[in-house]
Formats: sequence, structure tokens, C-alpha cells
Amino acid sequence: MIEIIISLLLLLGTFFVISGSIGILRFPDIYTRLHAATKAATLGVAGVLLGAFVFLYVENGIISGKLILGIIFILITAPVTGHMISRAAHQTGVRLWKHSIRDELKNDQKKNNA
Amino acid sequence: MTLQIILNILIALMWMFLKESYDFLTFFTGYLIGMALLFFLRRFVPDAYYLFRVWKVVSLILLFIKELILSTWNIVILVYKPKLDVEPGIFALPTELKSNWEITLLANLISLTPGTLSVAVSHDYSTIYIHAMDLPDVEEEINDIKNSFEKAIMEVTR
Repeated sequence: MIEIIISLLLLLGTFFVISGSIGILRFPDIYTRLHAATKAATLGVAGVLLGAFVFLYVENGIISGKLILGIIFILITAPVTGHMISRAAHQTGVRLWKHSIRDELKNDQKKNNA
Repeated sequence: MTLQIILNILIALMWMFLKESYDFLTFFTGYLIGMALLFFLRRFVPDAYYLFRVWKVVSLILLFIKELILSTWNIVILVYKPKLDVEPGIFALPTELKSNWEITLLANLISLTPGTLSVAVSHDYSTIYIHAMDLPDVEEEINDIKNSFEKAIMEVTR
């Protein structure tokens, strides 16, 4: 029973990581790619670490604090990296995908400069 | 809040001395007893009962996890869709939150919610610019974030 839960966590985690990687390749511009990189990868890595945590506890009786800390740090840092990369991209003038419908940040910046 | 936590720890320590057993389990029982005592005497202790606030923090974390799972699911669906029929865009979210800490929290939460990614914060901290994966209705998106996250954060910090 517990093996099923562990393998489910590991498989789901790897599935999300792979989906995120495919998303990075497939999506059209940097902003949509960051969506895939920040969200899917975060949950994927968290799932793998959680699986490892449960495995270590059931198999060896170790409560591994490092794995829990790893999950927390990833949850904190992933959105920050996404924010920084997208902000840097927007400030250096990377265009949005051609099907994008609005860009209020650009409009507001123009207003401030004018 | 801090006073109440210190009081609670003191009650737990007193319990340990009364029981004359100095291990974690006794401390834990003492802490539980302290929690109950503070709850029944909450009229005489300054500030609101601190566990109410702790409960709000916990519910914020649960909300965060729920949104993370939902957003990953949405992204996965988009990844495997043969044709990418979305309308992405950047919209401005006016926010009532003031301090650095609150805005950081809100931006982080937005980044991990379905279909949104915070791009920039304006210099006067009044607006957060958000890139959305699919943006058919801006008003709805803004109301969504305002009603769920901003409210939850305000309940914790104010």
C-alpha cells in the first residue's frame, strides 16, 4: 500500500517535471515559457522530494528534515526567479507573443516617460 | 500575539516542573493545556486569541497548495494540447496592500496561481503587473485575485 503511494508521488513528480520541460520547448515566448518553468517544475520537484521523504521514513525510520527544507526553499524561490526573469526580459524589451492581446505595463511605462 | 506565545511556553514549562519529567512529550501536553487556558481566559489577556491568527496562516498555506496543484494541472493540459489557442497578455492589478512583506507574499502567490505570473511592481507599490496565460476577461481576473489572495493576506497581517 505504502509502496503505491511512494511510486505515485515519484511518478507524478517526474511527470510534472517532464511536462514543464516540454512546455518550455513548446510555448511561443519567454513569458508563457516561464509559466511552465515556475509552476509545473515546482510541483514536480516537490512531489519527488515528498516521495523520497515518505520512502526514507517508511524504509529506514528517518525523518529527513533536509527534504522538507528543500521543498520549502523551492516553493519560496521558484516564483521569485520567475518574477525576476520576466521583469528583466520586459525591461530589456523582449516582445510578447504576436497573439497577445494587451500589455498594460508597456503603456504605463510610456505614460511615465512622456 | 508575542506575549501570548511567551505565556503559553511559560505554562508549558510550569507543567514540566509540576510533573517533574523534562521531556518533549510533557512539554507538548503542557503547551496544549496552556492553549486551552489562554482560550478560556482570552477576555483577560490583551489582543485577540493568537491561535485564531495561526489558523488563518494555516488556511493561507492550504489555499496556496490548492492553487499550486490547480495551476500545474492547467499548465499540463496546455502543454499537451495540440493547438495553442490562448490569448496571453499583461494586465495591471491595483492593490491595497502596503508593506514590502505583504506585496512580496502576494506576488509570490500570484506567480503560483493558475495562469498568472507577476512581472513587475510599480515604483509606488500601488500596482502589480501580471502576465496571464489566457486573458479573455481582465475584470474577472482582478476580482478573483482580490477576493481570494488579497483578503487572505490581509486577514493574516492586519
